[in-house]
Amino acid sequence: MIPANFEYHRPGSVDEAVSLLTEHGEDGRVLAGGHSLIPMMKLRLAEPAHLIDLNGVEGLRSIAEVEGAIHIGAMTTQAEIIASDDLAARCPILREAAELIADPQVRACGTIGGNVANGDPGNDMPAVMMALDASFVLRGPGGERSLAAREFYEGPFETARDDDEILTALRIPARGAGQGQAYCKLKRKVGDYAIAAAAVVLTMDGGTCSQAAVALTNLGITPLYAEAASAALTGTAVDAAAIEAAVEAAVAITDPAADLHGPVVYRRRMAGVMTRRAIETARARATGG
Amino acid sequence: MAKTEIKLTVNGEEVAGTVEPRTLLIHFLREQLNLTGAHIGCETSHCGACTVDLNGKSVKSCTVFAVQADGGELLTVEGLAQGGELHPLQAAFAEDHGLQCGFCTPGMLIRAQRLLRENPDPSEAEIRWGISGNLCRCTGYQNIVKAIRNAAQVMRQKEAAE
Amino acid sequence: MSETQTETQAETQTETQTATTAEREAALGGIGCDKRRKEDARFIRGQGNFVDDIKMPKMVFGDFVRSPHAHARIKSIDKEKALAVPGVIAVLTADDLRPLNLHWMPTLAGDRQAVLADEKVHFQNQEVAFVIAEDRYAASDGIQLVEVDYEELPVLIDPKKALDDDAPILREDVKDKDEVGQGPRRHPNHIFNWQSGDKDATDKAFDGAAVTVKEEMFYQRVHPSPLETCGCVASMDAVSGRLTLYGTFQAPHVVRTVVSLISGLAESNIRVVSPDVGGGFGNKVGPYPGYVCSVVGSIVLGRPVKWIESRIDNISTTAFARDYHMSCELAADKDGRITGLRANVLADHGAFNSHAQPMKWPAGFFNIVTGSYDIPTAHVTVDGVYTNKAPGGVAYRCSFRVTEAAYLIERMLDVLAQKLGIDKAEIRLRNFIKAEQFPYQSCLGWEYDSGDYTTALKQAMKAVGYEELRKEQAEKRARGELMGIGIATFTEIVGAGPSRNCDILGIKMFESCEIRVHPTGSAIARIGTKSTGQGHETTYAQIIASEIGIPSDLITVEEGDTDVGPYGLGTYGSRSTPVGAAAAARAGRKIRDKARKIAAHMLEVSESDLEWDVDRFTVKGVPDLSAAMKDIAMAAYSNLPEGLEHGLEVVDYYDPPNMTYPFGAYICVVDIDRHTGEISVRKFYALDDCGTRINPMIIEGQVHGGLTEAFAIAMGQEIVFDEIGNVLGASLLDYFLPTAVETPHWETDHTVTPSPHHPIGAKGVGESPNVGGVPAFSNAVVDAFAHLDVTHMPMPHTAWRVWQTCHDLGIDK
Repeated sequence: MIPANFEYHRPGSVDEAVSLLTEHGEDGRVLAGGHSLIPMMKLRLAEPAHLIDLNGVEGLRSIAEVEGAIHIGAMTTQAEIIASDDLAARCPILREAAELIADPQVRACGTIGGNVANGDPGNDMPAVMMALDASFVLRGPGGERSLAAREFYEGPFETARDDDEILTALRIPARGAGQGQAYCKLKRKVGDYAIAAAAVVLTMDGGTCSQAAVALTNLGITPLYAEAASAALTGTAVDAAAIEAAVEAAVAITDPAADLHGPVVYRRRMAGVMTRRAIETARARATGG
Repeated sequence: MAKTEIKLTVNGEEVAGTVEPRTLLIHFLREQLNLTGAHIGCETSHCGACTVDLNGKSVKSCTVFAVQADGGELLTVEGLAQGGELHPLQAAFAEDHGLQCGFCTPGMLIRAQRLLRENPDPSEAEIRWGISGNLCRCTGYQNIVKAIRNAAQVMRQKEAAE
Repeated sequence: MSETQTETQAETQTETQTATTAEREAALGGIGCDKRRKEDARFIRGQGNFVDDIKMPKMVFGDFVRSPHAHARIKSIDKEKALAVPGVIAVLTADDLRPLNLHWMPTLAGDRQAVLADEKVHFQNQEVAFVIAEDRYAASDGIQLVEVDYEELPVLIDPKKALDDDAPILREDVKDKDEVGQGPRRHPNHIFNWQSGDKDATDKAFDGAAVTVKEEMFYQRVHPSPLETCGCVASMDAVSGRLTLYGTFQAPHVVRTVVSLISGLAESNIRVVSPDVGGGFGNKVGPYPGYVCSVVGSIVLGRPVKWIESRIDNISTTAFARDYHMSCELAADKDGRITGLRANVLADHGAFNSHAQPMKWPAGFFNIVTGSYDIPTAHVTVDGVYTNKAPGGVAYRCSFRVTEAAYLIERMLDVLAQKLGIDKAEIRLRNFIKAEQFPYQSCLGWEYDSGDYTTALKQAMKAVGYEELRKEQAEKRARGELMGIGIATFTEIVGAGPSRNCDILGIKMFESCEIRVHPTGSAIARIGTKSTGQGHETTYAQIIASEIGIPSDLITVEEGDTDVGPYGLGTYGSRSTPVGAAAAARAGRKIRDKARKIAAHMLEVSESDLEWDVDRFTVKGVPDLSAAMKDIAMAAYSNLPEGLEHGLEVVDYYDPPNMTYPFGAYICVVDIDRHTGEISVRKFYALDDCGTRINPMIIEGQVHGGLTEAFAIAMGQEIVFDEIGNVLGASLLDYFLPTAVETPHWETDHTVTPSPHHPIGAKGVGESPNVGGVPAFSNAVVDAFAHLDVTHMPMPHTAWRVWQTCHDLGIDK
């Protein structure tokens, strides 16, 4: 359980990091919190020749409001997300989800940027970001671009990020009046990936759902944005029938693998249970319940 | 692979060492600095036996490279007792039978001290959640939780008296 | 004697004479007090000395190349690239060990195990080559580059197919042998057939029974997984020819004998040391290839060699537990009184038979399966088979195969209760061995020493409010909610064991204690056991303090160094208290016997005029005339009666006349989410009776820990293989070690029924909570579905398995 050797780089700025990444191409890997990458390296399932540690980069660890949106630096840790009362007030699902990730030590190192950029369908924040309709800011040699979370995930550990790009920030639209959020995660123990998890963000406007978004964790080869499920709630009172339709639509897009926590049929059923619970919780929160 | 010189403060003392980039912090501590309190239990960042305090955070030192700690400030179990006096957590672990084989204890203690800095008066549930990155196979945690609660009380009383 | 000395002695006498008996007893810190642990001082400071903490000059590091296949022939091994890695010193393979005849080693079960795969690999992650390098980093690089060419062979994973005519033959090395150390066998993949009880009488009991029930149960393959993995440092001193082997050994003296037998070194030239050990739970009893390879490496290189397992190596290769496929039937009358028991077991022992149990007991003490119940007749058979899995079959926090037996009978009691519509507590009360029946002869051959099961269960039922819980359960059932109440009233059998039937490699399973009392009234005691967290440095000192009247604070306890301690069989199967503590108490009594002679001389009376009083001998009828142990100690070196040897030291080797039989009554309450299958343990009450209680604080800690391991086993631990023998989930990402968040809160209680044959009446406790805990959890889970006619659910009770039951019943929506 010892990693292969590599060359270590500790850039001080994003530009420097990007140029290192450009220089080393496929041989280079970015190190954020390290709790996904370093175990893989110790198992020698990852053997990057160059490790570019972002922990020395200025300006990537921040939580701020920018033009009404929440702007979170990619190197902000899960622990910092949890600790921020301001963030919990503005966007409570972030604390709710972060508290369900790994354990205290891992959250002290693990970053929100790493969690969304890694492309691991088991990570929790991607579905949350999809539900929130967040966008990711990427910086590469050609400059900066922004991609919607819902468009970001292409396959297992494959994302729309180019090899020479670094994810520098996440932008989350401000929570409007009547918006309720919930993240429900079924897992065996602290530290586990989800057997199934669902993120729901919906807005209730005078008894009617004006906007809804449902996204799922660890139920396919990528995090899943459940478009049909979201649509099934929009324009309804989020009553039993609407919830049933949304759950069915959410389950329909799942394609989990069997694992030690259960067969495919179980994980798909649990996708439904988590979706239902997240919808009900989000609706209750939206209506002040 | 070229070795790197690193300098850091460990338990209040400046130390230096030469490491490969891949040298894990736990190995640097145990093998170069002979600080063998923190242990290796799982190597996949699950058990927490290797927990140390780096720059004010609890980290699993089997999943941090030593080079990443360059310039940092580190506290290990060996640095908990001050001036020959046990840290209240150490005293409470012994008093409340919060350890058996002793293998998880250093990581558990160093994690608990950070937890109590973050939350000086935690509930039982908060303690359980706060130490959930540290596995113990012997105690069933119950006496560890008790020890942390009692230590927290001692520390609050001490604080109030000062 | 000088004036000053006389004065001091006089002062001491005055001072102690004014102390009351109670005060003097309290000052001893002996049996029964919550003494804080002596060993903690080093652990809380990070000053424990575990095997990976050992550093020696010129020490090198070994690591294994392991097989990716479960069954394959090795066509070739190419070391060249590995040897070219900077820092790599040597690569050992079976061919290198063959000239030394060390490529195989004997197991503690009469079989043999490959040290390094010899022509074939028999399980995934089996040791194929040992790379020795300057440090663990270079060793890790080296193992990547050893090139092994394999020819894959058909794999045998399902033990139920092991004895088929067309099953692949796994152990070609023994395929023609009609026995492999544990009696006749009938197939090349068969290891043993073991039977206990009276088959004909049992058949007859079933033929005439008013009621019979039958259930198939699988106790899954699990792993003890102590937080510290296995490891060692072997150091051969080429000049003296002495080998020192430090390691994670629960039984260091046995390891020394094994190392001597396989290496040919005289035992006098081998020193085995167990430093602090980070938990054992059965994982650290037997010998492993890593130890042998480190020894060979050190002999060959003349440098100390360290080997430390990774967690994945640990879970996937060293000493699994359970893997028992069991079938059980009970016969009973219409009132639920059991008239017969029949059990058949298929035991999957993996590729080599290397379980660690007394050698005459291939299925351990599985015939304790009649449990706490007065069952007139029974018959049990166990067949062991080879499969392409890691070897083992150890006692994971239990006595040998006792947790399997307790799980089976405690589950079966519930099955019978459900069939007859009798309450699950009531059926136990009807079948219990009664207090007045002890000592009780079980139909399968055991003599239970003492017990009072009815009192224990009634106390437990009262404590939890059993009747109210059943009422609440009925209300919840009416509302469609799932609540389960699980009872386990188990009996353990520990303290292996009597020399007439317990040995390892022919060495009888006695235990030993040496005590040396120093002139100024302190002492050192050395015992042949080895604490792996149980607190022996404290509890043995308490026992000896009570026996010899020297404060436990002044008694140093040492274990684990074969150069200094007397030979003992080690710590496992809860044997430290039943056997080791007995040796300690008896050694103390021998000290006292000699002290009596010295006291008589000091007080100028005859021995028969003296009586023992806490920490001194007093003259009968003249309580003021006494000799304190402290002064007797000095006299032993300075003022002896004629004919007595100097010194005050003894050794005792204790051969227990019988096992001890701790028992308990556990009640567990669970609530189940029928939508997800998640189980929430609302309450767990554990009443333990371990006889005389040496240190209640430590007992409670042992119970907490054992229950937590039981929780882990019942709810999630399982080593799974796919159809080609890949071991799945061998890291802590998957293997279930609960955190503080999942672990329930434990309520503990006790009754005290001393063992009549043990010198201090103690029975041992460390493993009871695991033995009783697992069926208590399992019974609670199944009980939640009892009204829906569910009689059994497979362990571990993971959410998906429980959901599956809900789903099959149509109650998951």
